[in-house]
Amino acid sequence: MAYMIVTAQCTVCGACEFECPNAAIAMKGDTYVIDPGKCTECDGHFDTPQCAAVCPVSDTCVPA
Amino acid sequence: MVQLIALGSLKTAASTEEMRTALQSSGGCSSSSCGSSEGPADLPPEVWNKVKDHPCYSEEAHHYFARMHVAVAPACNIQCNYCNRKYDCANESRPGVVSEKLTPEQALRKVTAVANEVPQLSVLGIAGPGDACYDWRKTRETFDLVARAIPDIKLCLSTNGLALPDHVAEIADMNIDHVTVTINMVDPEVGTGIYPWIFFRNRRWTGLDAAKILHERQMEGLEMLTARNILVKVNSVMIPGINDEHLIEVNRVVKSKGAFLHNIMPLISDPAHGTHFGLTGQRGPRAMELKALQDKLSDGTKLMRHCRQCRADAVGLLGEDRGQEFTMDHVPEVVAYDPEKRQTYRSIVAEERGEHLANRQDASRRLAAVDAAESVLVAIATKGGGRINQHFGHAKEFQVYEASRDGVTFIGHRKVDQYCQGGWGEDATLDGVIEALEGVRVVLCAKIGDCPKDSLSAAGIAATDDYAHDWIEAGIAAWYEATFGTAIESLTA
Repeated sequence: MAYMIVTAQCTVCGACEFECPNAAIAMKGDTYVIDPGKCTECDGHFDTPQCAAVCPVSDTCVPA
Repeated sequence: MVQLIALGSLKTAASTEEMRTALQSSGGCSSSSCGSSEGPADLPPEVWNKVKDHPCYSEEAHHYFARMHVAVAPACNIQCNYCNRKYDCANESRPGVVSEKLTPEQALRKVTAVANEVPQLSVLGIAGPGDACYDWRKTRETFDLVARAIPDIKLCLSTNGLALPDHVAEIADMNIDHVTVTINMVDPEVGTGIYPWIFFRNRRWTGLDAAKILHERQMEGLEMLTARNILVKVNSVMIPGINDEHLIEVNRVVKSKGAFLHNIMPLISDPAHGTHFGLTGQRGPRAMELKALQDKLSDGTKLMRHCRQCRADAVGLLGEDRGQEFTMDHVPEVVAYDPEKRQTYRSIVAEERGEHLANRQDASRRLAAVDAAESVLVAIATKGGGRINQHFGHAKEFQVYEASRDGVTFIGHRKVDQYCQGGWGEDATLDGVIEALEGVRVVLCAKIGDCPKDSLSAAGIAATDDYAHDWIEAGIAAWYEATFGTAIESLTA
């Protein structure tokens, strides 16, 4: 139960890192990655996963 | 046509004299011909003090000062139909397009390097891509670092307004006295055609809800800023068929809420940019459509007409972009701020502007005091910079002013063939000059020989270099006073 970032589409804007309630998203090399060990899909925090809701590119923050 | 100071000459000009020369030979508008739009005479002193060094807020300042943008805040909280966040091309020049995203530390190094090289630098802006207020931590960190290193640089930011009300208190605390808010509508129905979604309070909103929230937040932010005397520029993207007529209402509303300046920008929509508007064939306005809208709004509103829609990483005077000279691979790892060039340049500009204005006002006062009804044409030999600074024989044109008790007014140019041909004068050419100066009473120049002076005199035209290197208006006033003021005195004596 975790989300992942489709690296090829990511604009590296960092909005997801900013919004993630679990601090599960960080820069790794040139791109952002989601730590599946920390990601809860925002369960218990918000109705929808924040990374997907804020991402400017559709289908880029998706269920792993 | 605005002429800018030749940066090439300033880039290498280390000395005060060189900078002064570069500035004085830059041409630009003659003071008496351009009127005083947005000048110190039109604005309350506290407002003029805020805008006088900001090239985007003052048409007058953009002749002298430069801005730079740093792209440190790439995250955004709304989607606009004229923006594609993936787009990145160094050949394009438009808002939101940028080649290099910087960390706050990199931004500090870049700003320092530019400040050391570009003495005109007066403003640091954070203007996308992304939203400076939404990605606030990076914006604030950048401004904190730069303000500590270069205390006299002006800070400004651009925002879509959605996160703005959350940060107005900090904006005021940080002495950011210029904020640009992009407001494309004041009717959420119109907004539905511009904004597909927003991200607000931990969820994505679409349709009318999104536009309503955005509108309310924009109005709230605008009111909070103006209540704190922070100058607000409203940018509006003119989208034909969607908000073009509506912008009249936008103008009315933002003006009533205290916006300082309204900047209508034409939609840029090229299918190659991959924006929603670009891909769906939404066209931008034609130049005459934009002008017609601006003209409708110009009554009683300050409209910005010198906007160049610069890149989000632009560096330099408006209309030029030196951003490619200052990409991070050109910026040293360690760079210390050297205030000397900027301080020298600022003192020269202040001197030039203050002296010029004082001289114009003084000239008007002196003319009004002369008891004469004469209205005469005066020809000036000038190389630019507002001064009488050209040799008579070197002039290829004379600037003609009308002088009377009502003041000094620019009338036009008289083109002539250059009289001096390397040390000797050509009689036939002088005849042509005399013909071109028909109706002129006196020529004021930096230097004139006896021979052409006598020929002019025989044709009823006086010529003198007594006012060499004076400001044009001051020289004319002094000549008028000496000529007509003395005549009255001698009559009454």
